[in-house]
Amino acid sequence: MSLDTDDYLDGNAAAGELSNIFTIDVTAAEGQCAHCGAIKRFAEAHIYMQGPGIVARCSVCQQVLLRLVNARQRVFLDLRGMRCLMLDTSRLLKSGGQL
Amino acid sequence: MWRVGTVVALHDEIATARTITLEVPNWPGHTAGQHVDVRLTASDGYSAVRSYSIASAPNSQGRVELTVERLPNGEVSPYLTQEVAIGDPLEVRGPIGGWFVWRPEQTEPIQLVAGGSGIVPLMAMIRTRAAAGSTATFRLLYSVREPGAVLYRDELQALSAENSSVTITYAYTRSAPKNWPRPPGRIDAALIANTTWPSKLVPTCYVCGPTSFVESASRLLTASGNHPDKIRTERFGPTGERQ
Repeated sequence: MSLDTDDYLDGNAAAGELSNIFTIDVTAAEGQCAHCGAIKRFAEAHIYMQGPGIVARCSVCQQVLLRLVNARQRVFLDLRGMRCLMLDTSRLLKSGGQL
Repeated sequence: MWRVGTVVALHDEIATARTITLEVPNWPGHTAGQHVDVRLTASDGYSAVRSYSIASAPNSQGRVELTVERLPNGEVSPYLTQEVAIGDPLEVRGPIGGWFVWRPEQTEPIQLVAGGSGIVPLMAMIRTRAAAGSTATFRLLYSVREPGAVLYRDELQALSAENSSVTITYAYTRSAPKNWPRPPGRIDAALIANTTWPSKLVPTCYVCGPTSFVESASRLLTASGNHPDKIRTERFGPTGERQ
C-alpha cells in the first residue's frame, strides 16, 4: 500500500503527546510493524496529525502502527499495528522530558 | 508536563523569522537537536500546540532559544513572531526527542543538511560543538530560497572562518548572489557528491526541513552510498506549522 501524499511528519512530531503516556523517549525506541515485520526507530514512522488524533504509519509498508486520540480527559491509544516496541530504559524521561 | 517559561529576549533574524529566548524554571537541560512543544490558549479555552526546534546550545541558566518562522496562514507562528513581548509567559513542554540529537561524545564526521528553517536544530548542534570544544568535523549543506532568507548568517560565517572544521555550502533555490557558481535550483546528486562527506567516511547525517525536502535529500544521500541507518531526519510542515 502506498499513500500518495507527503502530508506527513515523522515520529519526532508525535513525541510530545506520547510523553504524556510514556516515561521513556519513544523517538529512539525501535518498533516492529505488525504488518510487514520491519523494525524501525519510532522517529522514522510517518505521522499524520491533520485529523482529530495522531496516526503513525510504517515508513516501509504504510500500514497503521499507532493511533492516539485525546477526548474529554481520556486518551485512547491503539497499538494493534505495533507487534513490539523496544524502549531503552537508559532513556528514562526525568521530570518532563529530559533524557 | 507543561512548564511556564518567560520571554526574556526577542531577536529578529530576518523579516519572517524571530528568535525567542525563554527562561524556564526547573528546566532540565536539553541535547542539541531536540524540540519543545509550545501551547497557546485563548480566553475561550481553545488551545493550539506546535513544535519548535531549540536553536541554542545547552546552558546552565535554564534558557532556551527558539527560532520561529512566520507562516502566512499560521495559527501560532504569527503570534510568536509579531505579538509576543518580553515578560510574557509561554507554556512549553519538553525537551522532546532522543533520536534526532547530536552529543559531544560523537567523534565521527557529521553531515548536516538543512532546508529553509530546518537549519534551526542543526544550528543547535553547531553551537553545541563549539561550546563543548568538540573536534568532530562538520559539514553543512544549507538549501535556502535566497540570500536574504539565510538564518544565522553572520554567526555561521564567523564559525566557519575561525574553525575550518565546519564547512558550509549554501544552495540557493530561487535566487543566488551575483556570480554564484551554481544556478538556483534544488539540491541534486552532483551537489551531494561535491559538497557532502564521502560515504566511505561513514558520516552520521542529520536532515531537517519540509517533508518533501527531507524525502529528496535523504534519497540522494542514500543513492550516494550512505546507509539509511546513518541518516536521521526531522520533517516539518505542511500543516501544523513548524510541527
